[in-house]
Amino acid sequence: MTTKQGTSQDAAVDELYAEAEQWHVNTGGETIHAKRMPGKWRRIKWVAASVWLIYFLGPYLRWDGRQAVLFDIPNRQYHLFGVTVLPQDFWMLSLLLLFFAILLAVATALAGRVYCGYFCFQTVWTDVFTWIEEKLEGNPSQRRRLDKEPFGLQKLLRKAPKHGIWVFIGFLTGFSFVAWFYGAGNLWRDFFIGQANVTVYASVALFTVGTYVLAGWLREQTCFWLCPYARIQGVMLDRNTVVPTYDESRGEPRGRLKKGGAAQQRSTGDCIDCSQCVAVCPTGVDIRLGQQEGCITCGLCIDACDAVMDKIGRPRGLVRYASLDEIEGRPVKPLLKRTRVWVYGGILTAALIGILYGLSSLSTIDLKVLHERAPLYVQLSDGSIQNKYTLKLLNKSNDDLAVTISVDSAVPIELVGADKPVQARHGEVVPATVFVKIKRRDLNAESLPLTFHAEATLADGSQVSSERESAFFGPRR
Amino acid sequence: MAENNPFPGENNTGHFWDDNLRELANPPPRWWMIGFWVSIAWVVLYTVLYPSWPMPWQPADGDGYTKGLLGWTQIKEYEKGLAQVQEVRAEYDQQIAGMTAAEILQDPGLTQYTLASSKVLFGDYCSACHGSGGQGNPGYPVLADDDWLYGGSLDKITETITNGRKGAMTAHANILSEQEVDTLARFVVDLSEGGEGSPEAWALYNTKGCNACHGAEGNGVLAELPDGTIVTVGAANLTDAIWRFEPGGYDSARHTILYGVNQPGVEQTRDAVMPAFASLGELEGKLSSDQIKMLAVYVHQLGGGQ
Repeated sequence: MTTKQGTSQDAAVDELYAEAEQWHVNTGGETIHAKRMPGKWRRIKWVAASVWLIYFLGPYLRWDGRQAVLFDIPNRQYHLFGVTVLPQDFWMLSLLLLFFAILLAVATALAGRVYCGYFCFQTVWTDVFTWIEEKLEGNPSQRRRLDKEPFGLQKLLRKAPKHGIWVFIGFLTGFSFVAWFYGAGNLWRDFFIGQANVTVYASVALFTVGTYVLAGWLREQTCFWLCPYARIQGVMLDRNTVVPTYDESRGEPRGRLKKGGAAQQRSTGDCIDCSQCVAVCPTGVDIRLGQQEGCITCGLCIDACDAVMDKIGRPRGLVRYASLDEIEGRPVKPLLKRTRVWVYGGILTAALIGILYGLSSLSTIDLKVLHERAPLYVQLSDGSIQNKYTLKLLNKSNDDLAVTISVDSAVPIELVGADKPVQARHGEVVPATVFVKIKRRDLNAESLPLTFHAEATLADGSQVSSERESAFFGPRR
Repeated sequence: MAENNPFPGENNTGHFWDDNLRELANPPPRWWMIGFWVSIAWVVLYTVLYPSWPMPWQPADGDGYTKGLLGWTQIKEYEKGLAQVQEVRAEYDQQIAGMTAAEILQDPGLTQYTLASSKVLFGDYCSACHGSGGQGNPGYPVLADDDWLYGGSLDKITETITNGRKGAMTAHANILSEQEVDTLARFVVDLSEGGEGSPEAWALYNTKGCNACHGAEGNGVLAELPDGTIVTVGAANLTDAIWRFEPGGYDSARHTILYGVNQPGVEQTRDAVMPAFASLGELEGKLSSDQIKMLAVYVHQLGGGQ
């Protein structure tokens, strides 16, 4: 090692320890001002966070002359690009929820709380908020100094822009949320001329305040004390789960780097106790204490430690993504030999197939048949038996349809009240009443199965149909 | 206690158990206290604004509780809700007011509205006798079938609801011999089962004057006008499978022939009276002509309207 190299390394060490004293573990008592350092995981974090741009820009995407994705609650129609889903198809929602629940489980089993670290809105919004804070109020020590200053005009003026931008982002968050339900175009018009309804204003206000408080003030406190997922996910980890881990066997006993000390004389491990991993942690935990509730597995401590290791010329990876087995030197189970991967994967696939099946087999019209119960049947003057049915026709297409009703039966029947097609208005359920008559001599059982058919021709000439089983009842024999 | 406190300087109350279990006197968090005081303020404000506190005495012109500054009452809330519903209904009701029952049936949307809204009327005024779905009750005709004593057209149904009906049939206990009654009762059962009826029975039917009400063919039709309107006096159609009085068959027929219908002074006579719903007199809830119109549509659509 040459003198010059030694000197520059010494300076770097000085710099490291100069701020080491100010970093200590989060006990909830004070605001965490995490240091921001560049690195691989930092970049990945920004990329993952940028997915949320869809949330802000998505409502402006158009499809077939309307908003591509619109959850139109007043009209009970949910448009997803070319597909319109009505409340009747909502069984798919349960599959969707199952899919995401299991996705969370499988992601957690494989890589711990990756959702928390990279994608959760709490993490992402807090990250953006603190980024703005750093741009406006300086680095963590400057911010801490500002916090300690007595309240006054000076402090107010320095702090006001940050809070202004926070509230503005909160407003955008709420506005974008409502746009998915209200229609972005209408929202821009109605909102600012005071024509939107109370629910819209209340939702935007709630989101504005909620975002401002949660991402601006509560921050990691939300993950510690409010969020149930953080607790649930904790129990989903196993020995094979890959999480940011401090390699204790390599790092301990930790010891401060001595200036000018030769590497050979060192009696300590690779951890030089510079506290940089604590400094960058957005929840203020010390990763060297092992996996813990505060760790959202964002990987920022890995970036910090790697940077330090580079500076002092030791190999990277003292803190790295590793499983417990790997750290303890046990054999690591391959991914495909883990039961969880297969079980979770199976449920995920089943749910996904169900959703795809549901979306691809959405029928355009849907027929429901309600058999009249009072009276169950009526004897007519010629001795034949009549049953009454209320049909409920749901038309999910975008046009009004003329729906023809017919009935299949094993015995001859007379269908009354269906000689004219039923006019089914689009997006609505239209009721219609029909009667079925069966001659006494043809009625060979107390009840007979019937199948009702509804058929219609769409504007483009294609046929759509729906059928429904029902029954015909006669007097006890 | 304080002098031998084993945990001095710790904000405890001086109460100890088992050496080191002790009660601390820490104040609740600030946010909790704020919430607490806001709740109390809320209660005070609420009870000032809304009716709440009972009073120990009942004032001569009051109800014995504080009314609140806003003047809110449950009944006003209810009336507001009712007004909203009526506002929605007004549009349809206005259209219906200017239409005949037949015109309503031409409009599928209005028909649906009429059927949905008169279901309540039917439940209130009709279902006690005729059943919730028009399925009838012993002695009260089925409205869901195609057999009508007075006609099943919209006009006839309207007429029946408006004016009520009271049929009449003479008691024949003192007019006919036991054997004649038996012959006629068997004849009626025969007709209802699709039989032709023997010439002797037809002769008896005609000579005893049954045809005056039940018609030359026994189907209750006295005449058919050129426009297709059927003239009846409400006498039952003897040729169909439906019996006016339960359970039907020989015994029912015999009983009706012997004691008649609505005969004053005859103990076992059949009661068959429908009140006039347009003029229920002292009874409350007289039906308006629009309500009758809607009910006519409802009954017409039960299954046998003509």
